[in-house]
Amino acid sequence: MEPSLLKQLVESAGAITDGFKLTLRTMLRPTVTEDYPDEAPHFTERYRGLHVLQRDEQGLEKCVGCFLCSAACPANCIYIEAADNTAERRISAGERYAEVYNIDYNRCIFCGYCVEACPTDAITHGHGFELATYNITDLIYRKEQLLANPPAADNSSQ
Amino acid sequence: MATTPPVIPPLAPNATFLDTNELIINMGPQHPSTHGVLRVILKLDGERILGTECVIGYLHRGVEKIAENRTYTQFAPYVDRMDYVAAVSNGLGYCETIEKLLNVEAPPRARFVRTILTELNRISSHLLWLGTHAIDLGAITPLFYCFREREEILKIFENYCGARLTTHAFRIGGLQYETYDGFDQQVRAFCNQFMEKIAEYETLLTGNRIWLERTKGVGILTAAEAIDFSVTGPLLRASGVKFDLRKAQPYAAYSEVDFDIPVGENGDTFDRYVVRMEEMRQSIRIARQCLDKLPEGPVMAKVPKIMKPPVGEVYHAIEAPKGELGYHVVSDGSTQPYRIRVRPPSLINLQALDRMVRGLLVADVVAVIGTIDIVLGEVDR
Ligand code: SF4
Ligand code: SF4
Repeated sequence: MEPSLLKQLVESAGAITDGFKLTLRTMLRPTVTEDYPDEAPHFTERYRGLHVLQRDEQGLEKCVGCFLCSAACPANCIYIEAADNTAERRISAGERYAEVYNIDYNRCIFCGYCVEACPTDAITHGHGFELATYNITDLIYRKEQLLANPPAADNSSQ
Repeated sequence: MATTPPVIPPLAPNATFLDTNELIINMGPQHPSTHGVLRVILKLDGERILGTECVIGYLHRGVEKIAENRTYTQFAPYVDRMDYVAAVSNGLGYCETIEKLLNVEAPPRARFVRTILTELNRISSHLLWLGTHAIDLGAITPLFYCFREREEILKIFENYCGARLTTHAFRIGGLQYETYDGFDQQVRAFCNQFMEKIAEYETLLTGNRIWLERTKGVGILTAAEAIDFSVTGPLLRASGVKFDLRKAQPYAAYSEVDFDIPVGENGDTFDRYVVRMEEMRQSIRIARQCLDKLPEGPVMAKVPKIMKPPVGEVYHAIEAPKGELGYHVVSDGSTQPYRIRVRPPSLINLQALDRMVRGLLVADVVAVIGTIDIVLGEVDR
């Protein structure tokens, strides 16, 4: 009995020493964590975050109100009301534009189907992710919140 | 109104307050070491376990029912939400099942990329298991180390498909995205450094007396019992049954790569630890071979935009990190599945819990739940 107990003791002590050595070595290695929220998080190019409705070079909205995105959406969270462009009031380059464009982020699962479906590349995934709110009705984002800023004169609100 | 006081039954003639009876207690659904919302009802005699009963369903979202109201394509992102720590495997299983139903085959490049990502996913799932299992048994450090390496894998996923957890990486018929620039280097760099990291985890755990005492001989499942309970994955292999769907019914690119199936001997918690550690090494081996052989070519097969599979049904299973993940899809010829039934490995492996913990101590329940490696999202669906 005695020698095996001694052996166990030595083995355990050895294992623990090895473990502590590793811990100490790791303490000397460079830090791998990021300092969010003090430091901005690093997203990759393809990150699927909050959507952005794009504009073309003239500042017109790219969305032509074709409903393809809302048809592709598995969660049924895109609500669109389309209207016709007129000569006086031209919103998009196409025949129609989205008068109302809401995305319900209570339901969105960030699958990317809307982006794949869009024929004009109007809707894209941005890198926004800070969605948390105390009021769930705030999670229904309207077109004004989703639209990208106009290209040149960047003076108005979004 | 005067109420009569409740009648307290008299104690047995010789009883003292030290006498113990059988005791029934609840563990969970808010218990941190049940890994989610699992409720286990324990019947105890002192510290000994006489029996257990699992109460599940706290995370039920009706995934299978949702499928009946979605088109085949639209349902694909939902499968990621079942076993959310192994979303890539879920997606692979689903896409391959529908491909089988449609009678299309993904192009070779897609199959190889799928294999690489699925193996990385297996590692990340096992890392999460290792970290949480160790923390359940009182070893806190491995968790941080495991999450450090898991982060590397999640970065590869984010680079590839734009999401870390609910990846939705694959599409029916192939891949949506071509690999990004530097994919090869990033995966290789991960493979190279990860081998050392596995050795580090083993330094912390394998020789550690506490770890050995808590895992050796705990939760034994013999080979015959494992087969009777139809458990799969590392649980089955740790009991000494050499069965792996990647070898038994090769899918994706597994028939073209070389790897071993680690098996255990005793079927105890320690063996399951050893098997999973070795599986991570094998996954690295598979990923490396796939990178070497990665063919050029298209990543998407020709699939109709509006999918209307022929009337019929199909069952297809893959080896997910936790075991056999099967999909049984019934098509009535319309654009939406008539029925999808999922065979989740976690649910079926969990059934062996009662067998494994009977006669053990309360603290061992935590060890055994950890070693089964359940994800409640998959158990409840
Ligand atoms: S990301 Fe998916 S769920 Fe969200 S709006 Fe687009 S299609 Fe719908
Ligand atoms: S965002 Fe694209 S798909 Fe959706 S309505 Fe506008 S143009 Fe059509």
